[in-house]
Amino acid sequence: MTIPEIDFRAVGKRFSSASTPALEEISLSVEKGEFISIIGPSGCGKSTLLKLVAGLSPCSQGEIQVNGMTPVNAREIVSFVFQDATLLPWRTVQKNVALALELEGRTRDETAMTTEKLLQLVGLSHFAQSYPRQLSGGMKMRVSIARALATKPRILLMDEPFAALDEMTRDRMNEELLRLRAEHHWTVLFVTHSVAEAVFLSSRLLVLAPHPGRIAHDLRVDLPYPRTSEMRESKEYDDLVNRTSRLLRETHRV
Amino acid sequence: MKKRLIFSGSAALVFCCLLIFWRLLILVFDIPSYLLPTPLAVVKVAIQRLPELWASLLISAEAALGGLVASIVVGVLIALIFARSTWVRKMFFPYTILLQTVPILAVAPLIIIWIGPGLLAVGVVTFVICLAPIIANTTQGLVSVDENLVQLFLMYNASQGQILAKLRLPHALPYLFVGVRISSGVAVIGALTGEWFAGSGRAGQGGLGYSILYAQAQLQTAYLFALVIAATLLGFTLFFTVMFFEWLALHKWHESAMNADATNG
Repeated sequence: MTIPEIDFRAVGKRFSSASTPALEEISLSVEKGEFISIIGPSGCGKSTLLKLVAGLSPCSQGEIQVNGMTPVNAREIVSFVFQDATLLPWRTVQKNVALALELEGRTRDETAMTTEKLLQLVGLSHFAQSYPRQLSGGMKMRVSIARALATKPRILLMDEPFAALDEMTRDRMNEELLRLRAEHHWTVLFVTHSVAEAVFLSSRLLVLAPHPGRIAHDLRVDLPYPRTSEMRESKEYDDLVNRTSRLLRETHRV
Repeated sequence: MKKRLIFSGSAALVFCCLLIFWRLLILVFDIPSYLLPTPLAVVKVAIQRLPELWASLLISAEAALGGLVASIVVGVLIALIFARSTWVRKMFFPYTILLQTVPILAVAPLIIIWIGPGLLAVGVVTFVICLAPIIANTTQGLVSVDENLVQLFLMYNASQGQILAKLRLPHALPYLFVGVRISSGVAVIGALTGEWFAGSGRAGQGGLGYSILYAQAQLQTAYLFALVIAATLLGFTLFFTVMFFEWLALHKWHESAMNADATNG
């Protein structure tokens, strides 16, 4: 019997300050290798969902198991990518990527080798000694992703990672993310406001409805990988984007 | 480079004009030297009594620097305690504002009574006047860390010590420097105020504050001028030393210290 990578069992989350729960009765099974995008109107608990999986915030009801473990115990196989690049401005690009390894107390050689490989992977080898303030928004995000990959995670939690980027950069980052994923086979939970981005990236789409936050729709995206920029012009892709947008609008109305 | 030359050239020109204006003022209005000595007289007396002037300067510098350094050490320690607990912070923070608003002139005599006159008392007066800006700014820096960054460290199972050393302290560094810069400006005021009340622990020799009082009583106006200039220079030196360390620590990554190498980057 295989255990699901992430298992939500009737999960609820209520903040003491709010009248309605942020999340209610979320039951969901995520298989290894799935790329799940979570979309929904503001305040439907998308980010909260990720924080619960990361163990940064406890469930009020039900439980989450990550690879059979509690979220806090599973942190070693999980990486979180925030909306802002959240780099440490006083560290060079290389030192930022090395942060997790340094905190774990790895040897200097091992850290140097791993960070060098990661910087190559995201195409920033030439910027290893630069400081974050010298980088563009897209480059900062790539550093942030390289940092997240340093611990060799099985699961990536991404909270609107490309929201602050312009559309062209965002499209390119999407393609790069898929390229990396093809090599590393992570399981991804990806929160976004952009339907187009969600459809392009995911194998599965969750549409959340607010007050209280709950799963309104659970859709498969049957477009074949590898996905390329040409796919953005295909009819199948267009149809899916339109259909998803319609579903998203309906959650607004209720 | 050329810009800088023009800039310092025009600053020097202003200085020369000021000297000429000063000299003319005396000539035109026939001001007696005990009210306003000539620039030349000030320079002469400064050279004549240079050993004395230098000794006074060193004594005041010692008190100002000692008080400032002590306030940095103690201020950062207090800020660390404040940053650890909101409860402690809320309880004690009003008193740090009190510390800032209490007139140093009113407290200095008390400190002298408690400690007794001498260098230590002067240093303590300086310490008191320097402390509040350090506490306020460093605390602000320690607690204003982006919540996402704290969560990032938690995701990596970082210990509280690691979060402090690798996140909170580096983040607080620019804030600390803002505090130190403010304090370095008032450190000389603290030292001189202390010396006004404490005089000197050493016979026959006192700091700038003490010498200023003495020169005033003797109506040695030219020497008084020299002392004022020395005190100003001391404040300048302290301020720019702090600026230099700030630049050294922050210029690579922080916006506030970036301007200097903006032309290269």
